[in-house]
Amino acid sequence: MSWHVVASVAEIPPGGRKLVTVRGRPIAVFNIGGEFFGLLNRCPHQGGDLCAGVQTGLVGSTAPGEYTYTRKGEILRCPWHGWEFDVRTGQSYCDPDKIRTKAYPVEVEPGTAVVKGPYVAETIAVKVEEDYVVVDV
Amino acid sequence: MAAVVPGTIDCDIHPAVPSIQALLPYMDDHWRDMVITRGVDELNTISYPANSPLSCRPDWRPAQGRPGSELAQVQAQALDRFGTSIAIANCLYGVQLLFSEDMAAAFARAVNAWLAAEWLDKEPRLRASIVVPAQRAERAVDEIERWAGDPRFVQVLLLVSGDTPLGKRSMWPIYAAAERHGLAIGIHAGSNYHNPPTPVGWASTHTEDYVNHAQSFQSQLSSLICEGVFNRFPALKVVLLESGFTWLPAHLWRLTKFWRGVRMEIPWVDRAPADIVRTNVRLSLQPVDGPPDAAAMAQLFEHMQSDELLLFSTDYPHWQFDGTDMLPAGMSDQLARKIMVDNPRATYARLTETVA
Repeated sequence: MSWHVVASVAEIPPGGRKLVTVRGRPIAVFNIGGEFFGLLNRCPHQGGDLCAGVQTGLVGSTAPGEYTYTRKGEILRCPWHGWEFDVRTGQSYCDPDKIRTKAYPVEVEPGTAVVKGPYVAETIAVKVEEDYVVVDV
Repeated sequence: MAAVVPGTIDCDIHPAVPSIQALLPYMDDHWRDMVITRGVDELNTISYPANSPLSCRPDWRPAQGRPGSELAQVQAQALDRFGTSIAIANCLYGVQLLFSEDMAAAFARAVNAWLAAEWLDKEPRLRASIVVPAQRAERAVDEIERWAGDPRFVQVLLLVSGDTPLGKRSMWPIYAAAERHGLAIGIHAGSNYHNPPTPVGWASTHTEDYVNHAQSFQSQLSSLICEGVFNRFPALKVVLLESGFTWLPAHLWRLTKFWRGVRMEIPWVDRAPADIVRTNVRLSLQPVDGPPDAAAMAQLFEHMQSDELLLFSTDYPHWQFDGTDMLPAGMSDQLARKIMVDNPRATYARLTETVA
């Protein structure tokens, strides 16, 4: 495992996302309210591009006929069959123990730290005055 | 195969009302007068035409009268023959067909009183389902309350095709009453014929009506699950009677697939439909709608992913099998015992209250 610089923070504003490739793995990086999360861009069902899915809230219920809507933007629906995944953990709603997509640790680091290493910045030009999104792969 | 297991419980037999005359003593003065004065005819339906092979097994067909209408015959043919310790009587009389909820309530009450006096009082091996006027849930609840104190009534009987999908909330008072009293809900093949009994309109033949009931059962199962009946009434047991069961794995697979994708429509359904079926839904054995092939049936039982779903039934006097071949091929002794004894006892709470 090693930390890879995949974007500047400015590139992925809150509510935004970016598909990156790190060590050959397609990873969708999401910004939810300033927090960053990374998921393997592959639905464990049949391989749909999760990065192309809609982000919704978690629809829940306290009783039949009662609807709750929480965690707005934190649920990712696969564009192929609508399976829901928790952006924070990669767990599916339908079978969270068995069905999940891999989640990668994501952090924000200042350019000064990134320049020093041990970060790997394959295609990103790093400036000391900016902040960067780094993924552990 | 004559696999008589001690303590066998037959979950679906059909004592029949011999004629409307038999119910008159169980009606109040007003309704007895109405039946006579208005000339109310037998509440027969086309579900089981008198001469259809399905309606009565040849060796059970009486010389005269309606099949299943004589206690002595039922005792000999349905109970003694199979070594049955308990059998649940599901009386199919056209109460559900009436458009008057008042008349339906009067007939339901009469049928239940007749069942208690003419069958349950005379044969200790019998239990029964409460016939209810499903035309209106509140009237059905009245009828449930009337009999709930009698532990020989173990279930509430509904038809698979009525006025509305059974999961609709207008029906929920019935489920609340059933759960409150530890009564199962039995959903039996048959229609009130207020709507076509198939989803595509009126069929031309008895064959189509009968075979297509399987689709109605699938629709009702989806309705009960999706509307949240089992979330609101988690202790409720629903038993599909004369439904067939080989369709279940495929239907549940499809329902679960859709739930995974669009469950936000029904967010109260917080676990897979197949899991809900395992805890809350059971199916009667006959008719076995699979091939007489042990390997194929063993595979099917594996697809059902549980040995707790099926409840033994003969469907007496309907002609579903010959002799004592009431168990399908490919059933282990262990599974047979579960189906004939353990599963019915686990499903019908009231059986363990009344059976030593």
